[in-house]
Amino acid sequence: MVISDPQVKVTRPNRIVRRAPGTAPWPVIFAFLLPALALYTLFVLYPITQSIRYSGYDWNGLEPLTDWVGLQNFRDAFADPLFIEAITHNGIIIGLSLLLQIPFAVALAVLLTRNLKGRGVFRTMYFAPFILSEVVTGVVWRQIYRPDGLFDQVLAGVGAGDLSREWLADPKIALYSLFFVISWKYFGFHMVLILAGLQLIPTELEEASAIDGASFWKGFRYVTLPLLGPTIRVSMFLSIIGALQLFDLVWVTTKGGPVNSTATMATYLVDWGFRRGQFGFASAVSVIVFGLSLIVALLYQRFVLRRDLEGALTT
Amino acid sequence: MTATTVRTKGPSQKFDFGRGLLYLIAALVLLAIIVPLSFSIIGGFRSNSQLAAQPVGLPDPWVWTNYQTALTDPSFYGWVRNSVLIALITTALVLPAASLAAFVIARYKFRGRELVFALFTLGLLFPVAVAILPLFITLRQTGLLNSPLGIALPQAAFGLPLSIVILRPFFRSIPRDLEDAAAIDGCGPLRFYWSVMLPLSRPVLSTIAVLTVVGSWNAFLLPLLVLIQPEQWTLPLGINNISAQYVTDTAMILAYTTLAMIPALIFYFIAQRQIVTGLTTGGVKG
Repeated sequence: MVISDPQVKVTRPNRIVRRAPGTAPWPVIFAFLLPALALYTLFVLYPITQSIRYSGYDWNGLEPLTDWVGLQNFRDAFADPLFIEAITHNGIIIGLSLLLQIPFAVALAVLLTRNLKGRGVFRTMYFAPFILSEVVTGVVWRQIYRPDGLFDQVLAGVGAGDLSREWLADPKIALYSLFFVISWKYFGFHMVLILAGLQLIPTELEEASAIDGASFWKGFRYVTLPLLGPTIRVSMFLSIIGALQLFDLVWVTTKGGPVNSTATMATYLVDWGFRRGQFGFASAVSVIVFGLSLIVALLYQRFVLRRDLEGALTT
Repeated sequence: MTATTVRTKGPSQKFDFGRGLLYLIAALVLLAIIVPLSFSIIGGFRSNSQLAAQPVGLPDPWVWTNYQTALTDPSFYGWVRNSVLIALITTALVLPAASLAAFVIARYKFRGRELVFALFTLGLLFPVAVAILPLFITLRQTGLLNSPLGIALPQAAFGLPLSIVILRPFFRSIPRDLEDAAAIDGCGPLRFYWSVMLPLSRPVLSTIAVLTVVGSWNAFLLPLLVLIQPEQWTLPLGINNISAQYVTDTAMILAYTTLAMIPALIFYFIAQRQIVTGLTTGGVKG
């Protein structure tokens, strides 16, 4: 949203002289909106409202909806230590992403903007894992993490063989092993986003601070970083939303195990809905996921995103 | 890579050392990306004992049987066919629906316009997981379980928000004068959309097509729950199943996975510009 759309930029002067938007008879407007609205209503909005409805029933997904239990499903969910663990795991992934993955992406982006030869190649390759499916990524990494697999052998090769663990089978570290794979797959995306943001910062500013005797670090800290703020915040937001929904990668690597140590809200939901046939209860879980996403989005909108989006998304 | 080789660029010894370090870091990260990928590609050419003994370096001898098995497996081609079909249907649904809606939202004044747009942007937040249970019920009721349409329709619906968010500013930026001129020539909204807007928007439409194809190609959760019959499986489902079926046969898993990975990588290298600009300008929902 924020960043460098060359087409838009080129035509920006036209906006200044633009007159009021056009009008058309409402049936025409409606006809244009109809295909999108119909699809969206049928397959996005309606199911979400249905989720809310199902969440009030004890229901196996097959028989008529008769067994109204009110908020009991929600109480059960929050009383289940396994669900609380799942939420905690989502939280840990969010925390680690914000503390490690995004700073790493920022550092690499800044690094790539310094006259590095072959920077296009680096950028292309860093981004490449992002377009692989989580299934392919997960399956390959599961092989890499095998005992005595590539990961262990590389560690041994650099003299750190003692660090070898059961990367995905040890409940204490499986989640962190997954976080490493998530970062491997997604840091390039964030880096590219931040690179685009960096390109919007006039180089004169950094040059001026350098001429004034600011060190590279000071220039970065007091000139680049503040100007990069909006982009970093978008990156953080996308990272949070992505972590709240985490499913595919976990499902193909650990299915939430061992002993629930990598379960997320989404794996918990699928497990209860489709493996145990508790549609009512699982719907309550999906409403909780929905609610959390909404809260994050609203907080974000309220405190951070509004001014970032102004003039970027809205014109 | 060392300080001396890049000295001409830097004013001081210290700066040169810094540049060397930059290259070293960049190269290490590059290695961290390439090694897992090449481990999969080359690993498919090893036997399991070779993999255990020496997972890095070139195989000796090269083992062809894994790739051979995968490439002569009819179900593999079935997965590819299903994935292609679903990606095409999804794109064929998203492009017209999103562009028609974004067009009127961007260029016409009508009551509830902001509400409609807000409704669509809200969709950026909703993972399929939130709606998956009712979707499953709806698809079962309409007989769309185990059907490509049962995946394509919801996927298209969930793809609309990002597409509309990318398209709207683009449509807005096209000068009003063009529309006025077209109106003088007796051109109504539909005609203007079709003959002026769409041709001008080809780059951004291709971006959306590319993003939709990539999203569909990689989708897992919805197909996992909706496509129950193996004949209907998509590539991610097939690969997930292979990794369970050949649980101890790493080399075989790597061969199948590599074959699934290569189309996506080729597609990326061809359509890189669309993917990268689309995701950084449209920005939302990684």
